[in-house]
Amino acid sequence: MIYNIPYIAVILLIMVGLYAVVFKRNIIKMVMGITIIESGVNLFLVTLGYRAGGVAPIFTNLPEERQIPGQLVLPIPQALTLTSIVIGVAVLALMLALAIQIYRQYKTLDVTKIRRLKE
Amino acid sequence: MNSIITHSPALLIAIPLFAAFITPLLSRIHRRARDGFVLIVLAATELLALLLAQDIYANGIRKYVFGATLPSLTHPGTMSIPVRIIFEIDGLSIFMVLISLTIAFVAAIYSSSFFKKEDGLDRYYTLLLLVTVGMVGMELTGDLFNFFVFLEITSIASCALIAFWVDRGESLEAAFKYIVISSIGALFVLMAIGFLYGQYDALNIAALANSIQFTFIDKVALVLLLAALTMKAGIAPMHMWLPDAYGEAPPSVTIAVVAATQASLYGVLRVCFTLYGKGLRLNMAAVGWTLIGLGLLTIFIGVTMALVQRSLTRTIAFAAVGEIGYMVIGAGTALAAGAQNFATVALKGGVFHIFNDVLDIGLLFLVAGAIIYATKERDLNNLGGLAKRMKCTTVFFLIGLLAVAGMPPLNGFASKILIYESTYQLNPIISIIAILSSILLLAIFVKIFYSLFLGPELPHLRDVKEVPKGMLVAMAILATLIIIFGLFPGYVLQTIVDPAVAALSNPTSYINAILGGA
Amino acid sequence: MNPFVPIDTGSGFWNPLIWVIVFIIALLIVYVIRGLGRGDYKKNTGQTKPFLSGNVVENDEQLHVKGGNVYWGFTEAFKGYYDKIKNMHTGDTRDYVLWFLVMMVVFFAVVLGVM
Repeated sequence: MIYNIPYIAVILLIMVGLYAVVFKRNIIKMVMGITIIESGVNLFLVTLGYRAGGVAPIFTNLPEERQIPGQLVLPIPQALTLTSIVIGVAVLALMLALAIQIYRQYKTLDVTKIRRLKE
Repeated sequence: MNSIITHSPALLIAIPLFAAFITPLLSRIHRRARDGFVLIVLAATELLALLLAQDIYANGIRKYVFGATLPSLTHPGTMSIPVRIIFEIDGLSIFMVLISLTIAFVAAIYSSSFFKKEDGLDRYYTLLLLVTVGMVGMELTGDLFNFFVFLEITSIASCALIAFWVDRGESLEAAFKYIVISSIGALFVLMAIGFLYGQYDALNIAALANSIQFTFIDKVALVLLLAALTMKAGIAPMHMWLPDAYGEAPPSVTIAVVAATQASLYGVLRVCFTLYGKGLRLNMAAVGWTLIGLGLLTIFIGVTMALVQRSLTRTIAFAAVGEIGYMVIGAGTALAAGAQNFATVALKGGVFHIFNDVLDIGLLFLVAGAIIYATKERDLNNLGGLAKRMKCTTVFFLIGLLAVAGMPPLNGFASKILIYESTYQLNPIISIIAILSSILLLAIFVKIFYSLFLGPELPHLRDVKEVPKGMLVAMAILATLIIIFGLFPGYVLQTIVDPAVAALSNPTSYINAILGGA
Repeated sequence: MNPFVPIDTGSGFWNPLIWVIVFIIALLIVYVIRGLGRGDYKKNTGQTKPFLSGNVVENDEQLHVKGGNVYWGFTEAFKGYYDKIKNMHTGDTRDYVLWFLVMMVVFFAVVLGVM
């Protein structure tokens, strides 16, 4: 049961992020919500690789002659998570830059007023 | 020559990527040097893709392993699973690559004369080349996480390009909506990739397709992938970002984003037909019927909303939404019909329509851009009587109008008749709604043609001139392709579309190319 | 390979070459019929202008139907449908995400329920 707590945390993070995107009016809060969803998905990826009783997957420096690959944590999800974190940073920077420019044009950050393109 | 073809999957990504970051250096020399360099790079990439296409049609699926001693070494040593990132190119991949590179080349030609006095153009060309890299990468890769990375590259570069005119609030709003939608969709794709990786310990599409069963987790992954990729492809009711983004971007950017949307549709086809294809085609009938229902909704909403718009580019964008519905109907019929022989015809129609739609809608957007360039007006109510002064533009708009509405002998009719005749055999109502909406499409564009081009000249438009040569050349390339595809549809079908459909209908060959016929 | 090969749908075929030949024949017939008309009219006088019941029209820019108004009858007839669907396209970013979540639930119902 204790090994399922990260997965429950993932579900909670994604739900909190979706709540922030769908129900908050400030576009900065929407951007924060997207970042929280991204944190949840990254946590999911890292947790997938966990093996009980494993050590860090550093191939050339294993302590006490552990067997590979049975007692190492999986390394591939860690690579996927690093890539995803970098992509998330790029998207966050782009969204915040757009938010600044939108404020200059619309003079408000309320998403119900940034609606010139409707119907 | 042979080693160029062997390494061409990597070169197709590397050449535009390298050129994207050299372009700002070249713009220090002269503006024309940078424009010419981008055109040469895109033309060279397209030639390379044509050579690769010839090789694939002759010799079958090609694979390329990044970082191995030989490009085809998928199982080094005594490994029993494929390792490293593998690009796997079959008929459908090279078909979509040809579409993406043609559109990028036409967009570059158009941009070189559309933007006269803007600054920030070196970043524009860098981003245009990055969008090309992203689209080509999405279509060539055989690895799911690599697909996600290229999907994000395309989304980020397209969003920055949509916001190119930063002095207009509408462009920024459209770009913000696009990036919010794109990143949420891409995060759900990543979660689905996580589910599949956790279940099968493989990221390679061929390895996953070989070992996938239909457990609960696999169904969850299928739902997440389908929902996110169909949202990126613009299927109703998740289509609302599409008119905003297409309507407010510069027109050459819009056609690049159209090609990127079709790359997401390629993702849907890959997931439905190849990833969940081996032995599970029988189970995908419910997904097929859902896609048919959503496709009909997309066609209907797209076409009816296009009639009441007041902005020129937004009207064409809603028509583009409607056209995506045709492709989805074709794919859905192929899934729902299973092994009956009209399923192949439907898939041929849908896949052929991808190319035709990109050409037709691209030509219409370029004409809209020409009108915006010449008259500085976007509103349909302020335009009229342009045919006397902009003759070439009028002819191109007429060709685009007839093609989009599905008039013979242009290319829209060739793919639409395949779709109509095959979906009629599944259920006549599908075909009836599709034909009626095609008539409404004709109505929309005849309305624009009448009110924009025919009629008396309006006083404030007395001194518009024909647009510069670069834009006319770009529109002429698309119009020529439309006419050629319309007059020789059988040849185009046999050469380009049949290998793509054969690749989709045959997931076993995709799997055996990597896993070696086990 | 023969470039003029027709496309074969499951229940028919389409060959644009036949269409072009028929179109050329139709154009020839049109040309012949045009040649059977009268040629004794005075060009560039009032005989070639459209007849508007004798009314004098000075500035025809005012008569041009603007682009947004061309299909007014159609949109007026479908007012109920158009009101509903225009209210659906609110332009609010949160609604776009809500539709995504709704469609995800629909896909879940289809895939998990039926399959």
